[in-house]
Amino acid sequence: MHFDNLANLGIKELRGLLRDPVMLVLIVYSFTFSIYTASTAAPETLRNAPIAIVDEDQSPVSSRILTAFYPPYFLPPHLISAHEMDARLDAGLDTFALNIPPNFQRDLLAGRSPAIQLNIDATRMTQAFTGGGYVQSIVSSEVSEFANRYRGTARPPIDLNLRAVFNQELNKSWFGAINSVISSVTMLSIILTGAALIREREHGTVEHLLVMPVTPTEIMISKIWSMGLVVLVASAFSLTFIVQGVLSVPVQGSIALFLTGAALQLFATTSLGIFLATVAGSMPQFGLLLMLVLLPLQMLSGGSTPRESMPELIQTIMLAAPNTHFVILAQAVLFRGAGIDVVWPQLAALFVIGCVLFYFSLRRFRQFLK
Amino acid sequence: MTETATDTPLDGVERAVHIEGVSLSYGKTLALDGVDLDIPAGQMVGLIGPDGVGKSSLLSLIAGARIVQTGKIEVLGGDIADASYRQTAYARIAYMPQGLGKNLYPTLSVFENIDFFGRLFGHTKDERKRRILDLTARTGMSPFVDRPAGKLSGGMKQKTSLCCSLIHDPDLLILDEPTTGVDPLSRRQFWELIEDIRRDRPGMSVIVATAYMEEAARFDWLVAMNDGKVLATGTPGELLARTSTQNLDAAFIALLPDELRKDHREVVIPRREADGDLEIAIEAEHVSVRFGDFTAVDNVSFRIPRGEIFGFLGSNGCGKTTTMKVLTGLLPASEGRARLFGREVDTSDIDVRRRVGFMSQSFSLYNELTVRQNLELHAKLFRLSSDTIPERVDEMARRFDLPDVIDALPDALPLGIRQRLSLAVAMIHSPDILILDEPTSGVDPVARDGFWQILAELSRNDGVTIFVSTHFMNEAELCDRISLMHAGKVLVSDTPEAIIAKRSAKSLEEAFVAYLEDAIGESHEQPASFAPRQAQAAGEATEAPKSSDTSPVRRVFDLRRMFAYTQREALELRRDPIRATLAFLGTIILMFVIGFGVSMDVENLTFAVLDRDDTTASRDYVQQISGSRYFIERPPITDYADLDNRMRNGEISLAIEIPPGFGRDVARGRSVEIAAWIDGAMPSRAETVRGYVQGMHATWLAQKARELYGRSANLSEFRLEVRYRYNPDVQSLVAMAPAVIPLLLLMIPAMLAALSVVREKELGSIINFHVTPVTKLEFLLGKQMPYIGLAFVNFLMLAALTIFVFQVPFTGSFLTLTAAALLYVIISTGMGLVLSTLMNSQIAAIFATALLTLLPAVQFSGMIDPVSSLQGAGAIIGKIYPATYFVTISRGTFSKGLDFSDLASSFIPLLIAVPVLLGLGVALLKKQAA
Repeated sequence: MHFDNLANLGIKELRGLLRDPVMLVLIVYSFTFSIYTASTAAPETLRNAPIAIVDEDQSPVSSRILTAFYPPYFLPPHLISAHEMDARLDAGLDTFALNIPPNFQRDLLAGRSPAIQLNIDATRMTQAFTGGGYVQSIVSSEVSEFANRYRGTARPPIDLNLRAVFNQELNKSWFGAINSVISSVTMLSIILTGAALIREREHGTVEHLLVMPVTPTEIMISKIWSMGLVVLVASAFSLTFIVQGVLSVPVQGSIALFLTGAALQLFATTSLGIFLATVAGSMPQFGLLLMLVLLPLQMLSGGSTPRESMPELIQTIMLAAPNTHFVILAQAVLFRGAGIDVVWPQLAALFVIGCVLFYFSLRRFRQFLK
Repeated sequence: MTETATDTPLDGVERAVHIEGVSLSYGKTLALDGVDLDIPAGQMVGLIGPDGVGKSSLLSLIAGARIVQTGKIEVLGGDIADASYRQTAYARIAYMPQGLGKNLYPTLSVFENIDFFGRLFGHTKDERKRRILDLTARTGMSPFVDRPAGKLSGGMKQKTSLCCSLIHDPDLLILDEPTTGVDPLSRRQFWELIEDIRRDRPGMSVIVATAYMEEAARFDWLVAMNDGKVLATGTPGELLARTSTQNLDAAFIALLPDELRKDHREVVIPRREADGDLEIAIEAEHVSVRFGDFTAVDNVSFRIPRGEIFGFLGSNGCGKTTTMKVLTGLLPASEGRARLFGREVDTSDIDVRRRVGFMSQSFSLYNELTVRQNLELHAKLFRLSSDTIPERVDEMARRFDLPDVIDALPDALPLGIRQRLSLAVAMIHSPDILILDEPTSGVDPVARDGFWQILAELSRNDGVTIFVSTHFMNEAELCDRISLMHAGKVLVSDTPEAIIAKRSAKSLEEAFVAYLEDAIGESHEQPASFAPRQAQAAGEATEAPKSSDTSPVRRVFDLRRMFAYTQREALELRRDPIRATLAFLGTIILMFVIGFGVSMDVENLTFAVLDRDDTTASRDYVQQISGSRYFIERPPITDYADLDNRMRNGEISLAIEIPPGFGRDVARGRSVEIAAWIDGAMPSRAETVRGYVQGMHATWLAQKARELYGRSANLSEFRLEVRYRYNPDVQSLVAMAPAVIPLLLLMIPAMLAALSVVREKELGSIINFHVTPVTKLEFLLGKQMPYIGLAFVNFLMLAALTIFVFQVPFTGSFLTLTAAALLYVIISTGMGLVLSTLMNSQIAAIFATALLTLLPAVQFSGMIDPVSSLQGAGAIIGKIYPATYFVTISRGTFSKGLDFSDLASSFIPLLIAVPVLLGLGVALLKKQAA
């Protein structure tokens, strides 16, 4: 293997990309605007949750409850009648509907233990779970405070001081931004190497290289390093100017360490791109394969939902995907400020996965060229 | 050029085409430069001139395939720039683009291909069948009607392509280099066929562009073009007389402006010294190459001594290129041996490549690099030492006359200069052997002669062995020895003179045809025998349909034309089982993976405790947490450093610190504070953890209160009855599966449709849309249909999977869901089509589709976070994105027991999106090339 060849061939790839304005626009889009929208759109904690209240009591305690729901967590509550409640939930207008029964205050003070009904649209998963807890604790504290004014303290004074570390306000946009960077890295690296290889074959330009004294390994490595470099530079740019700059997400750890991880991730995903290109016979097939690979990588790598809650089998399978390790690494480095002593297992895993993918794609690439 | 163009006035002759002041530019390149031209009707008119002089551009303008930029073109008496005239003219014009079978669909059979064109021209089923049988019989294609077009030989492809062009009895037939790359026998048959058809339809005008001057000599009238201008017009005899030359090649050179032909000399190649004991440079010994059961090269043997110019003559696909690949070590031979300088060619032997210079047919230059960079890159790849590179590059530039263009990009150069550059690149490392695969195809005669002069010098002065393939007879005559090749076999190898003498033929071409006829024998294609029998049938064909075939064509929207595209797209999908399987199987796999994999129930969270009290009370508190199914306890924390460290490396997502004296203080009712830290790196998980912890804390408190204060504690109690509606067990699957259906129905159908238009653009068959009466709406809708069908089947599968396999209860109106799904897949395929019309390369279309479906569908359409809670641009996208509304309908019908009346408001955006996307597609699609 000759490093001159790698350099020369890689520079050729870069010049080719430079002359493709549509691809450049799409790359810029996916590392700027796409990340910005994805990160700013994600609701922070519980935001603007639509709630409706049926107040059949019209008492001081019920109005206390009413006024306890306010933005940004909740939209101002809609006061509705009992028979509107079902229709509104059906239409998806509200996620929560509280029903305060008639004579609630009287029964409460009389110790008759009245019931407030809380309806939650359980099809709206995130909001239903987190919001449900909020609504319950808000109602409970309002009711007990009201009751305590009449009865004095009846609970042990044990406080729970709950703090979130690494992201005190549990600002989802931080995580959303990083997660978008990771999906852009994956999507771009696979498309840039894979689709470009298929295009070269459909246009017959790969063959020309083979009459020259260069080996398939050299051709493949030059594609990997050049396209990997493009994505690495784009993600470093995006992390510095979009994530830290425009979105002002505080980054705790070392960017260099994150980029090292990103480089290993790119080694794996660019190899994967070449592998997919050698498997797919044509561009339409590649497009479908891409969807088949990208979607699970994005949904199951722990970036969208926590890994812990996935079935054991899927967790195990996803250990083979580079994204899983990269997401863990990114979280640890960027948010928890972890150093290499903490994330070395992820780096090692990425390296091993990369090597395996590289080996398989090289084997297929050699056949592909014949 | 005006005076030469009009020097044979067409007074009294009917004109088929009238061209006035037509110019055409592609960006900065001027392809046509103020062309004025009248083309007579009812004649066989030839356009001659090398590649890149504007022949193809002119023909595509006449055919209405390209937008007229400046000037005026009248075709068959009407202005071709006028869209309404064009709509009627399409039915009278036939256009066969350049390239073997360029307008054919490789996976479709011959019959299906021609049938597709018949549908586009509005023929009924019976009529199509009659015409196809007639045309295939006349062209000798009858035995091959069921063969896929991609598996035909070059000659057969061109005949099929001709059938497609002739299906609607055009008045004007435009053929762009129909015989380039076809073997001489097929070429001859092709022209006989055209003659035959012209006998039946004497009024038909034919315009042909050709690179073969000997063909052009037989035409009625010629237009010589160079550099975007018309050099001269007239009958072949007139052109020869005017230039006082013997053949058209010479006449063409004589017609060129002085500055272009001043360097031209006849190619003179000195006789080779017949040295008996010369080293053998290239040797093939019984070489065969098979791909599957197809034999590309069949038992080929030859020996080429050092310094010889050896020619390989044959049609496209006859095995020339494959043989060359074996010799360069690109391909291993299935059988036999190939040797270079006595050393066996080994595909893994890099060294041998350094002794060989290879110039491939289509490509040996990087267009993104300048001439100098190209030379340098190749010099570096061949590992010339870096101090000699500049010198060598300069030497090559001088020798191949490139210094003037050394910093230009190859794309901007004329073909002749590019060809010289390719040769310079192939020679950069001074190889002993040069292998040139059709190096001069499309190069003008002056440049071609100059090129051969260089080859002659290399061979005679430098002793370079040259192995060259060509399909030009006059080039073959310049070689020392040639091999005639056909269907993978070498028919004969000898000097050109000897070959002609052996067959006692008048020319090399005639000799080649004679050999070909021997080789093919009586097996197939009997071109001569059809004439008397078929002429009658053809006569009927031209008379009978006249009344019926023009009327349906003028309709603004024609179902038959639309279904022509539907049927073709569906056939292509069926012939590509991998794609169909991927679409179905992929959907199912993804449904399983995401349905089971994505879960909002956060479980198995890790936590650890820093218990500074370690009493029954504190253990009781911890027990509350560790006993729940949500948390898993890890070894206790020893101190703050340990806590920090374990939080940092993500080992625990919750840490709890219980202060000293906790048990005592609780018992005495003193206020105490428990501290808890949650890992906020993943906010949604942290949020859930917080909820769990608060809930448990509250429960524990209530329990304590009962212990401490007894019954009186109940005084403050009220009950909060929480009802999880629609999904009482709060199962992720119930919430997720109905939302994953919209996601999958968006991505996969969009990706399928996204490539349908752009693929035709990239592979060239879009030309059929440009030159036939099919309208934009028919084209788009026609293409969309099969994908809608496929996506709809996907929907039914997904619904069945969700209901029967995942056991998600379906409570609402299935009819409502089905109607919405149908609308939705029309939208998702429509989105793909819009992207496909917008993009120019498949790769960009894939990228854009992935970018514009995956992210918005996952993040902004209410699948995970409700749209009402989104903010910023995401909220706007979420509100206009169709997936949002289908998610509402899907969840509504699955989980909420709703029917149409409840969900009507969600149908409205979907109903709006359908015409919007269709309108966008029609607006973006170009009926003519720019």
